[in-house]
Amino acid sequence: MSTVILDPKHAPPFRDAVLPVLRNPMLRKNVAHATQVIQSKRAKLLAEKADWQELRAAASAIRTHVIENLGAYLEQFEERCTAAGGVVHWASNADEARAIILDLLRQENATEAIKIKTMTSAEIQLNPYLEKAGVKAHETDLAEIILQLGKEEPSHIVVPALHINRSQVREIFSRTMHLKDLSDDPKALTAAARHYLREKFLRVPTAISGANFLIAETGSVAIVESEGNGRMCLTLPRTMITIVGVEKVLPRFQDLEVMLQILARSATGERMNPYTSLWTGVTQGDGPQRFHVVLLDNERTSILARPKERQTLRCIRCAACMNHCPVYRQTGGHAYGSCYPGPIGAILTPQLMRMEHAQTLPFASSLCGACFEVCPVKIDIPAVLLDLRADVVKIERKQMKRAFDLMYVGLRVANALFSRPWIFHTTQWFGRIGLGVFTDKDGWIKWLPSIGGRWTQNRDLRGLPKQTFHEWWAERAKGTK
Amino acid sequence: MRASLFIACYNDTLFPETGRAVTRLLERLGVEVDFHPGQTCCGQMHANSGFRAEAFSQAKRLVRLYERDETVVVPGSSCVAMMREQYPGIFQEMGSESQRQELAEFLPKVYELSEFLIDRLQVEDVGAYFPHRVTYHASCHGLRGLYLGDRPFRLLSKVRGIDFVPLENIDRCCGFGGTFSVKNAEISQAMLTVKLHDILSTKAEFCTALDNSCLMHLGGAMHRQYAAMRTIHMAEILASTEDCPAEALA
Repeated sequence: MSTVILDPKHAPPFRDAVLPVLRNPMLRKNVAHATQVIQSKRAKLLAEKADWQELRAAASAIRTHVIENLGAYLEQFEERCTAAGGVVHWASNADEARAIILDLLRQENATEAIKIKTMTSAEIQLNPYLEKAGVKAHETDLAEIILQLGKEEPSHIVVPALHINRSQVREIFSRTMHLKDLSDDPKALTAAARHYLREKFLRVPTAISGANFLIAETGSVAIVESEGNGRMCLTLPRTMITIVGVEKVLPRFQDLEVMLQILARSATGERMNPYTSLWTGVTQGDGPQRFHVVLLDNERTSILARPKERQTLRCIRCAACMNHCPVYRQTGGHAYGSCYPGPIGAILTPQLMRMEHAQTLPFASSLCGACFEVCPVKIDIPAVLLDLRADVVKIERKQMKRAFDLMYVGLRVANALFSRPWIFHTTQWFGRIGLGVFTDKDGWIKWLPSIGGRWTQNRDLRGLPKQTFHEWWAERAKGTK
Repeated sequence: MRASLFIACYNDTLFPETGRAVTRLLERLGVEVDFHPGQTCCGQMHANSGFRAEAFSQAKRLVRLYERDETVVVPGSSCVAMMREQYPGIFQEMGSESQRQELAEFLPKVYELSEFLIDRLQVEDVGAYFPHRVTYHASCHGLRGLYLGDRPFRLLSKVRGIDFVPLENIDRCCGFGGTFSVKNAEISQAMLTVKLHDILSTKAEFCTALDNSCLMHLGGAMHRQYAAMRTIHMAEILASTEDCPAEALA
């Protein structure tokens, strides 16, 4: 059973959370392998798409336009969805959203619900809340079933069980479904899942979903998926409850042309995802006859109020940033302490927490820029990371303990000496003598005390040369005179 | 042509041979080289650590220092990326109208070394001789910040005697990331392990780059592991000739 905490309010700092992961070769191999597979599939498809950058520009423009006009599009969605027979609910935070959903389930006398994969429900920690209230939520996405039965936590937003390999899946299924002779052949595993699921699809009349997009113009909801479990949840049950972040709206139906092309390619490296489901309110005699949408704010409007960080809301949750992130590729998702891991999680999570928690996440990046390069809606994640770092420093500077924090003291001292060249040059001179103590005969430093030890724990540092560049320059200038 | 060097704080202190090589290379190509001894740091370390006010105090100082120069050459892609990507935002936030004007005049004058050679001097063959097996690490800032593209390869391909080996997964970060390398030392090391595997697999004698910051990280690990490879800034390869080989070979 997993001991992972995906609640940013209680998760350990990133650096601490990383340590057990780095010592888990199976998890790291699973993550590296899975992200590599998706990376190469995506690269192959991009190569055949000559207008990829134009497509990306279009997707970014659509999402930017939505975010700048969010209120108007949400009201339009509410009006059209209501006119089509849906019921729209507004939830300003996780508590409200959970209460609304539970209330709706109670109206249905539901003690069980089937679920299409939704990260938004993980964000508001819906399943444990419903469980306590006596409603059992059954996940129907294959990866989510693996996690639910194995009591594991998601480590990726598109491929939540990415850190688990198929022999581990076999072990979980065999144990929880009591299938002694189950093999780890993918066909056998999916057959076991199908058998487990069919019974639930046929029995449970209430479903919960997320949404990839809302269409303001038509009041429609769109879900893209690979397995058909979503399609089952959208056809068999009597009631559908959709929980969705307010930023997921698109202006027009035709905007899907751009978004669907870009989402599947970015997310799974497919030209088109296998199942795309669109529904508009309620259609008599076809699909759920009661339909509710819960529009969730949960700090999204506070992100909207920050002009530089606002671009965070463009995200369409494709996970290309995490698949390409050299940090995520070593750690997987759990170390981020949030259901949104990787680069997008590093900027989204602390903002969803109003910068009160997850403050180490903006620093969990080498700023290599791979995330920005692949982002289909051009979120400049490194720039947002830098802004959030500045926010964290602004908060921490007021704390007494930082007055003695070596990183803080060091950076202040560095600023003082970079401001006056003569102080900088004197410090270099003293530094040469000071570091000389630690410098071996071969001219290299292999051990440093304190914070320097974080460098020398795994790297040597060349000792300071006898002459700095500016000293050489001055000497040369004298010589030529 | 005249060009004024910016030799960043860590290059001045730790890697003076890079500045010397740039001087030698540019003078050989007929450029008159200037250097203002008052220069210190571009402010990147502070900006990347969230200390924006301190970063601005260094940035405005640096911009003013080069007021009278027509061209600034920087042998470090991450410093140039700092200037191009971060200065505008920082000056917008904290600078005055006249400081923003100074910045607008400063930025077009700044060239990373390979940009200066290829775009400004329009030279690919700098007359270098370096008879060694070499691989090239494209630093993230050079690759995705400055879009150096094929410039480094064009320069290296014209070096006589060189045995160039391409690097697998060249677009992957080495794990340095400035203060990231100490703040998150363990994950930085994990990234380094993966990168070193690719680099050492080239069986090159030297791993070169246009940024000493990655090379300090990679070279530090190579030294710790007694690996059969060393790091060398590309300026030193390009400055190297039969008569005057790179200092690293001495």
